[in-house]
Amino acid sequence: MTALTNLTLTEARAGLANGDFTSCELTEQYLAAMTAGRDLNCFIVETADIALKMAAQADQRIRAGTATAVTGIPIAVKDLFCTKDVHSCAASHILNGFKPKYESTVTANLWRDGAVMLGKTNMDEFAMGSSNETSYYGPVKNPWRATGTDGVLETKDYVPGGSSGGSVAAVAADMAVAALGTDTGGSIRQPAAFTGLVGLKPTYGRCSRWGMIAFASSLDQAGPITRTVGDAALMLASMAGYDRKDSTAVDRPVPDYGPALTGDICGLKVGIPREYRVDDMPEEIEKLWQQGIDWMTAAGAEIVDISLPHTKYALPTYYIVAPAEASSNLARYDGVKYGLRVDGDSLDGMYKNTRAAGFGDEVKRRILIGTYVLSAGYYDAYYLKAQKIRTLIARDFARAYNQVDVILTPTAPSAAFALGEKADDPLAMYLNDVFTVPASLAGLPAISVPAGLSRARMPLGLQLIGRAFDEETMLRAAQVLEQAANFEAKPEIWWRER
Amino acid sequence: MADYIHGATGEWEVVIGLEIHAQVTSEAKLFSGASTTFGAEPNSQVSFVCCAMPGMLPVINAECIRQAVRTGLAIGCKINLRSVFDRKNYFYADLPQGYQISQFKDPIVGEGTVVIDLPDGQTKIIGVERLHLEQDAGKSMHDQHPSQTYVDLNRSGVALMEIVSMPDMRSAAEAGAYFRKIRTLVRYVGTCDGNMEQGSMRADVNVSVRRPGAELGTRTETKNINSIRYMMQVIDYEARRQVDILEQGGQIHQETRQFDPATGTTSGLRSKEEAHDYRYFPDPDLLPLEFTQAFVDDLAKTLPELPDDKKNRLIADLGLSEYNAGVLVAEKENADYFEELLELLVKKTGKTPTELATQAANWVIMDLFGALKKFSKSISDSPVSTVDGAELLALQIGGTISGRIAKDVFEIMLESGKNPEQIVEEKGLKQMSDSGELEAIIDAVLADHPDKVEQYRAGKDKLFGFFVGQVMKKTRGQANPQMVNQLLRPRLDG
Repeated sequence: MTALTNLTLTEARAGLANGDFTSCELTEQYLAAMTAGRDLNCFIVETADIALKMAAQADQRIRAGTATAVTGIPIAVKDLFCTKDVHSCAASHILNGFKPKYESTVTANLWRDGAVMLGKTNMDEFAMGSSNETSYYGPVKNPWRATGTDGVLETKDYVPGGSSGGSVAAVAADMAVAALGTDTGGSIRQPAAFTGLVGLKPTYGRCSRWGMIAFASSLDQAGPITRTVGDAALMLASMAGYDRKDSTAVDRPVPDYGPALTGDICGLKVGIPREYRVDDMPEEIEKLWQQGIDWMTAAGAEIVDISLPHTKYALPTYYIVAPAEASSNLARYDGVKYGLRVDGDSLDGMYKNTRAAGFGDEVKRRILIGTYVLSAGYYDAYYLKAQKIRTLIARDFARAYNQVDVILTPTAPSAAFALGEKADDPLAMYLNDVFTVPASLAGLPAISVPAGLSRARMPLGLQLIGRAFDEETMLRAAQVLEQAANFEAKPEIWWRER
Repeated sequence: MADYIHGATGEWEVVIGLEIHAQVTSEAKLFSGASTTFGAEPNSQVSFVCCAMPGMLPVINAECIRQAVRTGLAIGCKINLRSVFDRKNYFYADLPQGYQISQFKDPIVGEGTVVIDLPDGQTKIIGVERLHLEQDAGKSMHDQHPSQTYVDLNRSGVALMEIVSMPDMRSAAEAGAYFRKIRTLVRYVGTCDGNMEQGSMRADVNVSVRRPGAELGTRTETKNINSIRYMMQVIDYEARRQVDILEQGGQIHQETRQFDPATGTTSGLRSKEEAHDYRYFPDPDLLPLEFTQAFVDDLAKTLPELPDDKKNRLIADLGLSEYNAGVLVAEKENADYFEELLELLVKKTGKTPTELATQAANWVIMDLFGALKKFSKSISDSPVSTVDGAELLALQIGGTISGRIAKDVFEIMLESGKNPEQIVEEKGLKQMSDSGELEAIIDAVLADHPDKVEQYRAGKDKLFGFFVGQVMKKTRGQANPQMVNQLLRPRLDG
């Protein structure tokens, strides 16, 4: 049988519908690829038995004619999602051995529609990181490696981005058709950009957060990581929907995104925010952005220069709000009820021992920052101020959307960097989120589309930011961008065991 | 009512504020569907939310919101159409989330006032600062194992209303009256069962002392007091302790204290410096709570007549005394019993409510409450129904039995559960009102005591009572006393 592991979701769906292959065959090929690609460390847990069972059920459903767009499609699930009776630990030691007795709403929606779970993917611990180096289960390697000036592929490992590093690496390395990610400040979009994939963060409230291990509740959103814009639309339609168990989920109908992808953006107004032209932006990122503008213009869109004046405050604001919420959200991991417990000579001693052993350095750093900014005497100067700036940032966008329909920016300020390169410099690491964080703070939908390669032949992405709950327009523009970019590069396969 | 403490250096005034925690009457917890029934097996009423499983989210229980608004309306407070739930962060083994969801800056209910009745018959207005909703914690059990603590999460997440008073009380008696008033109000509107033994109501007691009229002194807060008696002990003890310290030139430090019921004393728990920094911030899992004035108005329509209104009505319309009215309205069930009894009595006797009210109230308060107290029963399981009570009173008012016989009949009713008519019939207790029959008995009595008759006629009027007593004795108490009087006097005098 021919290789099925490089199919898009749309192609796989057609193949399944035509009877070219079964979900079981498709799933088996992916499971084999996962086994062969373990060196990348994409998966924390492979759930082969569950996958084959789900695939068999999907095949029945396809034969019965009750299939949906995702029936029989093998996907990888970020370890941040609680999956019933399956390891769900947010890549943290503190949740050691935790297997929930419940299924997150987003994964339950996908299983309802017949998707197949391949396993739980590696990630930055509690989704805190931009390189997938903070995982208790070790770093994920980017399937992409840079090409030297001599034209030879380097042997050095690169990060896949983060925090959804395992999810993107699995799709990029053909170990899943698509993957579930989560995005708090860019955790879907930046890794998608680093691995040549499409990554979509929906509007805050579009997908339920119920059963998703919380990092920063006012920012966390689940989203799809796929090979194409069309695939992202199909997967989002299955994931999304109102959920009364999440008070921040928004009760509005989920559109059928398919018909929105018309390929026509004539007259669409595309905003180019001048504040995103940061001083030390690499020339190749600048060039890529200009290329994006040119593609949109060529497709008939109208380019509008816009101003989002509070952009420069977005990163510091994010690194106050997100740690503040995290410091409180992570208080429940105390050794009392589940997960890791390291005994001590008192209750306080047990807390200290457990949390010292259970959390990694980056998580501890953010708990400390968050605790500090919420402390008496600092709350007004930090947390309250950050909330006010967050309102101003959202207002910047609201005003811009009086003029434009979507906003085009680069996804990240650079291509993927080498493993370990920024691991000891948290501030340099945080700068990775500079273009993705503003949309997160404003709760807006945003998507990263693979748009080109760096000089070292590493993938680069462009980001489109849409109006709240207008994923349709954003997807339409993204697909036009995707077609213009025609990104067909694939990483050279160096990781398979021979 | 100035109730000063007489110290060695002069008079001191005690200033008291109460934070009352009242468990909301609701089937389910504040943010989860888990049951709130008291007394279940440990950890049997715990949802994934209550034990803070990863990824679980709170969803507001609308019934708890309605109950908080009803309580606010009953206390006469401003209802805030927009309020915010905050997280109060601290670590403890019985606090699974590592934070309590509460309301800090923007509570659901704002300021109001309640009127309290004081033992000397005076009333006083006490300010209420706010009422907010919050989750209860679980229960740590330190006495189940020599070295380990067990945790029961059944209470975890149960809705509490924290009702915060102004520092308006000046004595233990006032604080007791205020607590009882709040308890009466929440029980009237059915928002808290007020059961202190089961922990449904408890108070944190803030106490400070000052020279009369001076600035407020530094206060201490004694936590988790679960009886009114203890609360009054805490106030008296704390006030005395603080006065002693100040008079010896010491200072009061703001601190949290705990009460030991065995000794009736308080002791320091943690100082202000050791106090938790709760790092309050709006809970990002919950949107601000918003509702309309129409929602509030609809709830206002569901409120029963409140105790102050009821008391005023009983006084104005029925002519009850302040005391009787106050006793009857203190518990809604008592007032309900009284009003039902009165209505039945009106039907039976054809008299007006005003004519009957005081007698009915006296019977309920003296006879019935006395009996209930003796049998340790509450009005809801009274051995005498309103129907039988009304019947008993009607027999007395109609002259069928005398007041003395009525008391005997009541005793028999309590013992046998029979209705009063049946008892009167069976025991032949009907009042003797036939003048011929009575005259014969009177004649016989006079004939039996010629010496006493002579003494009476010689001017010893006091002997009149002796003859009445003899007649009653002969008739086993059934003679109509008025008729005996009427018939006896002309015979003796003539």
